[in-house]
Amino acid sequence: MKKLGKQTLQLDNKPSILNTASIVGPKEMNGPLAKYFDKCVEDEFWGEASWEKAESKFIKETVSTALGKADISSQDVDYVFAGDLLNQCISSSFGIRDSNMPFFGLFGACSTFVEGLCLGSVFMDSGACKNILCATSSHFCSAEKQFRFPLELGNQRTPTSQWTVTGSGAAVLGKRDSGPYITHITPGMIVDLGIKDANNMGAAMAPAALSTLCAHFEDTGRAPDYYDAIITGDLGYLGKEILIDLAKTKGYDIASNYNDCGVLIFDKKKQDTHSGGSGCACIATVFSGYLYKMMLEGNIKKLLLIATGALTNSTTSQQGESIPGIAHAVSIEM
Amino acid sequence: MNPTDSPKEYNEYVTKKAPSSPILKDCFNAFWVGGLICCIGQLIFFYCKYKGLDQTSSSTIVSICLIALAVFLSAINVFNRIGKFAGAGSLIPITGFANSIVSPAMEYKSEGYVMGVGAKMFTVAGPVLVYGISASVIVGLIACFFI
Repeated sequence: MKKLGKQTLQLDNKPSILNTASIVGPKEMNGPLAKYFDKCVEDEFWGEASWEKAESKFIKETVSTALGKADISSQDVDYVFAGDLLNQCISSSFGIRDSNMPFFGLFGACSTFVEGLCLGSVFMDSGACKNILCATSSHFCSAEKQFRFPLELGNQRTPTSQWTVTGSGAAVLGKRDSGPYITHITPGMIVDLGIKDANNMGAAMAPAALSTLCAHFEDTGRAPDYYDAIITGDLGYLGKEILIDLAKTKGYDIASNYNDCGVLIFDKKKQDTHSGGSGCACIATVFSGYLYKMMLEGNIKKLLLIATGALTNSTTSQQGESIPGIAHAVSIEM
Repeated sequence: MNPTDSPKEYNEYVTKKAPSSPILKDCFNAFWVGGLICCIGQLIFFYCKYKGLDQTSSSTIVSICLIALAVFLSAINVFNRIGKFAGAGSLIPITGFANSIVSPAMEYKSEGYVMGVGAKMFTVAGPVLVYGISASVIVGLIACFFI
């Protein structure tokens, strides 16, 4: 493992992503990426008594699907890195509690999936681990309940608001002679440019994505065109446009090979999702379902995956604080 | 000038870039749906009067009917759709107030009837009650001493 520049680590024993799994809810099932997910669940409760229990079930089932697809048992998993949006990361801990795997609970808001991939690949690079599991989940209903208003309240959403993805994504890291490999990680810094509107997370997080993007290019000496695809987590339509603009001011033209998972997962017009998808499961399901398959099929050979997170809660927004953003990047190559 | 230079410049840039709400359309929908709700209330009122009730009893029955209707529509997952379409049109009449109490009660049922439904029922309507009642006390005192 080698440190490059200020933020990036280059991994020598590149861990391979053995397999991935993704399970999504009803809205995602009607979205453009439906056919790429392992399972779509029609009932938001998934037969449980509460949305919180349903979210735990999402992560639990996704983890077991991922292990099944990678053909390893939970005994072979050295550590799990998982997180979600609910207070104290209860979806992950409740979802993992019966599986007897050593567990790290992470909170990086919607950046948690790539935060897990970063930490997991460093553990793998140490040479001491055989398999690492990274997973995240989010649920539209439990997120609305915790961060916004009751679902049945008859209010209007602003055009910049985003729709939390219901679902879970998981990736199993291991050693193998074929890719996709995680080759570099660039953990990001917290960036806050004073956006206070909790209904405009894309604008709040875009500067953090810019910071990590620039750091990655500076540290590795790579340019945007090195990658077949640069994908951010959940900046949505507005955040995507902002990032393209901001990158241009730093001399990087990413317009041709850049997209955002929040833009990919829903059909904005048909599904009325305003600025697009968000949540820990946004990048987790889009990567585990769609992007990973694109890499195996050879459509994407070099991918820069940047998960973005808004490090805020409802107390800080009620107290008038601005929204600090963060973004973590991993470079995944065949 | 670069938008990321300072929070002020970034906020100005974002405000310019962000799509704005369709205010004319929202106002129009709020106007006609709100008006329709009031017309329904007025029809109930006329019917009560026609049946021989006095002014006060008729007004009370209008409120009861509209609240019951809003609660029913909230319970069957319809009121939030009306609210999404009509905004203030369904929020301002007494229907909005009913919805704001029923929706958290439904949402927090999973935390039990005491700490869930009971404690959280007024999370949305609470401020309206506190400041509505406070204002009426002040107005009442003024009326009592000066008029």
